Amino acid sequence: MAGEDVRIGLARASRENMVAAVLLAPSLLFLAAFTYWPVFGVVLRSLTEQRFGQSASWGFGNFIRLFADTHFHRVLVNTVLYAVGTIVPSLVLALFLAVALSKPGRLTGLLRTVLMLPQMVPLVAAAALYVFVFLPGEGLLDHYLAYFGRYATNWLGSPDLALPSVILITIWKNTGYYMLFFLAGLAGIPADLLEAARIDGANGWRRFRDVTLPLLGPTFAFVGVIAMVNALVQIDHIIVMTGGGPSDSTNMILYYIYQQAEQNLDLGLASAATVVCVGVLLALALLSLRRLERGIHYES
Amino acid sequence: MKAERVFLLLAALAGLLWLAPFAWMAVASMRPDAPGQADLASLWPSGPFGWDNYRDAWESGHFPLWYLNTALLCVGILAVQMVTVSLAGYAFARIDFPGRSTVFALFLLQLLLPPAVLVVPNLQMIVHLGLFDSLAGIAAPYCASAFGVFLMRQTFRSIPRDFEEAARIDGASRLQIMRHILLPMAWPGLASFAVVSVSAHWNEFLWPLMAVSSPQHQVLTVGLASFTLASESGGSWGVIAAGTALVALPLLLGFTLLQRRFTASLASTGLK
Repeated sequence: MAGEDVRIGLARASRENMVAAVLLAPSLLFLAAFTYWPVFGVVLRSLTEQRFGQSASWGFGNFIRLFADTHFHRVLVNTVLYAVGTIVPSLVLALFLAVALSKPGRLTGLLRTVLMLPQMVPLVAAAALYVFVFLPGEGLLDHYLAYFGRYATNWLGSPDLALPSVILITIWKNTGYYMLFFLAGLAGIPADLLEAARIDGANGWRRFRDVTLPLLGPTFAFVGVIAMVNALVQIDHIIVMTGGGPSDSTNMILYYIYQQAEQNLDLGLASAATVVCVGVLLALALLSLRRLERGIHYES
Repeated sequence: MKAERVFLLLAALAGLLWLAPFAWMAVASMRPDAPGQADLASLWPSGPFGWDNYRDAWESGHFPLWYLNTALLCVGILAVQMVTVSLAGYAFARIDFPGRSTVFALFLLQLLLPPAVLVVPNLQMIVHLGLFDSLAGIAAPYCASAFGVFLMRQTFRSIPRDFEEAARIDGASRLQIMRHILLPMAWPGLASFAVVSVSAHWNEFLWPLMAVSSPQHQVLTVGLASFTLASESGGSWGVIAAGTALVALPLLLGFTLLQRRFTASLASTGLK
């Protein structure tokens, strides 16, 4: 009798597993073709050395070429500068704006909408607008800076200013989006905790530093990961505005990959650079995953 | 109290700065182009106004084709995603199979490795599948969506099991339960997902640029990029502004109209 029950239970469990497999199959098929296999394939390709007129052989030749390429050194430095230069100001600004606009109201609602607008336009469209914003002399920025006695700056054309200019666009584009997460995070902080701190005599800044900020930890970790992925992946404005120049000053890892693949048709180098990029993303994700997990426990 | 006022003032100032490029787009696109004009950058709307720039932009680009391709792409991706994410979301929410959390983590990997990072191998993949230079080729890497699965898992979890139990006792099959009970109740989740999906693919650039070579499969962003490069050398800023508005307006208008839904769904991109 008991054995019968177990058997029925087992049959049912394996039937359930079958159902799960069938339901997951469509997604897994696409993930296998366009996420898992490509990661595997690009590692293989990066380790394949193809010389003209010879058969392919295995080795680290592509990576050796990659790390010997002075352009790539510049690319690595630029990518780090761009990541830090976009993530830190965007997150600080987003948190500030979320705090300033956390109360519901007509004006705060309007401002939230306005700050979100850049997120809704394609980065290519933003780039098209900023080509004019940064136009030397006649552009929007110079036109208004002229009132402060500054004329005709070659924003995108000078190697020193091009990267900061591109960073400015990214901050403008993404800050409103990150603000949303901080607004959600702020809304999730129990009001009685802040009230208790107030009764204990903590002033506004102390309450923010000792109660709000620590409780926003998971939000920071999450937004940080998104911002990191964005910093590595969003290069549409580079393609439209600078083409990585002048003299490589705005060349970044994904743009370099694009250059090698599309312009130089050097798939070995492009694959090796992709492996570096994927490795960095996975490593950073693993680092922040722990904090994120702790946050999820806290929230539920 | 006082600090709050100052914060709000600073936020309002940021809002004005944030708005400036859009204000320029609106004003410049309506202002007839005249070479060497001094008020090129003026944000103050001063006449005479006209639709000439929009007409020029419309005629020098292939906007009807680009709109059609972009719309087909967004709708096509969304249609396939709706099926894949609701099936997988249901499996993760309701079936307790071995290795569930491991498989879920494998799904989430896609969030970290968006198709843009994997352009090189993905390009080889669609060439291999014979999908290069087609809208289907652009769409293929997006047919599975880790974000969508995550969102639908949460949505299904928030629906009480009682409804399904009652239907099962009444003899409904699993498919019937899903079609007649779960999906209608999961509608808000699917709608949020639709908003995120369409806005993401409307704005996508690098992958459609690489996956397509012939002009008849180009999407709006790719069209705008070549259009901008061509008009920039001629200094026709009014036309660029009009072209940019043509590309950006559908989503900007949609966003301001459906603002609540947009913000809610964008914020749910990962929290909870």
